[in-house]
Amino acid sequence: MLRSPAKLLQLFVTLVTCAFLFVPTLQSVLAGVTANYFRGLSSGLTLKWITEVWELYADSIFLSVWLALACLAVTLVIGVPAAYGLARNPGRVSRILEEFISLPLAIPGLALALALLQLYGSFKGFRASPAFILTGHVLYTLPFMVRSVLSVLMAMDLKTLEEGAATLGAGPVRRFIDIVVPNAMPGILAGALTVVTLSIGEFNLTWMLHTPLTKTLPVGLADSYASMRLEIASAYTLVFFLMIVPLLMAMQWASARASAKASKAAQ
Amino acid sequence: MPRPVFPLQRSATVTSRQFAGLCLVPLAVFTFAFLALPLVRLILGSAEGDAGWGIYLQILKTPRYLSALGQTVLVSLAVTAAALAVSTTAGLFLVRNRFPGRNVILSMLTLPLAFPGVVVGFMIILLGGRQGLFNQLLPGHLVFAYSMFGLFLGYLYFSIPRVLLTVMAAAEKIDPSLEEAARTLGAPAHRIILDVLLPALAPSLIAAGAIAFATAMGAFGTAFTLATDIDVLPMVIYTEFTLSANFAMASALSVLLGLVTWAMLLIARSFSGTTVAAGG
Repeated sequence: MLRSPAKLLQLFVTLVTCAFLFVPTLQSVLAGVTANYFRGLSSGLTLKWITEVWELYADSIFLSVWLALACLAVTLVIGVPAAYGLARNPGRVSRILEEFISLPLAIPGLALALALLQLYGSFKGFRASPAFILTGHVLYTLPFMVRSVLSVLMAMDLKTLEEGAATLGAGPVRRFIDIVVPNAMPGILAGALTVVTLSIGEFNLTWMLHTPLTKTLPVGLADSYASMRLEIASAYTLVFFLMIVPLLMAMQWASARASAKASKAAQ
Repeated sequence: MPRPVFPLQRSATVTSRQFAGLCLVPLAVFTFAFLALPLVRLILGSAEGDAGWGIYLQILKTPRYLSALGQTVLVSLAVTAAALAVSTTAGLFLVRNRFPGRNVILSMLTLPLAFPGVVVGFMIILLGGRQGLFNQLLPGHLVFAYSMFGLFLGYLYFSIPRVLLTVMAAAEKIDPSLEEAARTLGAPAHRIILDVLLPALAPSLIAAGAIAFATAMGAFGTAFTLATDIDVLPMVIYTEFTLSANFAMASALSVLLGLVTWAMLLIARSFSGTTVAAGG
């Protein structure tokens, strides 16, 4: 395998990159469970930083979980029917609509947040509630849900399936619930996991939209990086990793499954 | 009472058409209220200062904004070049070679996909901050996290996994017999890379590069964690809005930034159909 110097160089670059990405992750995990980071592991392992994080930031962790689930519910209610509507009306208007809802992927979260703030910032009740952050999260995650479901729907022969059901007397709503949703399930699952993962980690929009009473997990992270000792900041990051890494793995698995289904159906 | 077949079918298609249209209503309402209207407000808001629409000219005339724009473009270009070089090298290696531990390496390289920009900033602080790894190993010499180099490393950190996945997906589709043919014809390794692999990868590299550039231009979380005194565009927008309460300028700079990143993503889309979550 390592016959040529070119191969050796490639291996070297790969390993250095790996170290660059992984060493700080490992450092933060270790610092989060080490009694005193500067004295090193010899100072002993402890869970006291984790408990301290829990006391300080449990509210923001719960708010993030709640927001992610609410965001999932809203993107399901808006996104799944919308993907069906787009799949049934392929044409110019649908393409423009799809492009337009994808704008939040292209425009930085900071700019979107400023736009929302300037238009809705004076509605005090809305501005101060978690619903304001939820709006931002839905805006950012909705295109992922729509595209994930749409790509599965476009790959299957929706028309034949629906015509079959229609000859048996099923109306459009019945067909949507009994035919479309079950067939689109891999896309819905992949979209759902993407939405939850992105919502839990969202910072750029959330930082601008939050109030002192609506702090989410990443907002708390920024707070701990700025004002807490390194061990607490690391322990909080460790808690975040424990939540996000399983989600990321599930998301990658579900996305691979959905695209396998889409390409299988397309053949 | 049996009814004629034709009108029944006709009325059924009309209602299912209507239903498919109705399915788009919630999306249209949400997008109109929370995307279209706010964006219009942002654009109009940029002209509400003393300078009116001349504010866009003012950006070009004010050294602080101009240098921030220049610095942001430069660091984003540097990150794009570095991320492409590193990810193409590692990606081709991982696609062409199977060895024990390959999947572990692959997981390590894609793990940061889910890290928000703030966490990436913290990773760079752990490496190059005052209490970081390098400063512990070589005390007093290597604190780079809070400089432009730290920002560069932070942007590189979140760009590598995204570019790597795009490159690997494209490299897996290249027919290995092309390489074999070149090798049988006696082409040296660097010619195979230059004449066979890179041309085949070019569309994906352009797409991935455009996305990396756009993400770096708009990255806020990493810059926010690392340093508030580095003038990159998102930080300038943030300070204009929160500290100076100069809403018109914050809006104008946001519109400018949004146009640049949107244009980059359009380029990316025209070269490949992939969408990658913008993070940072």
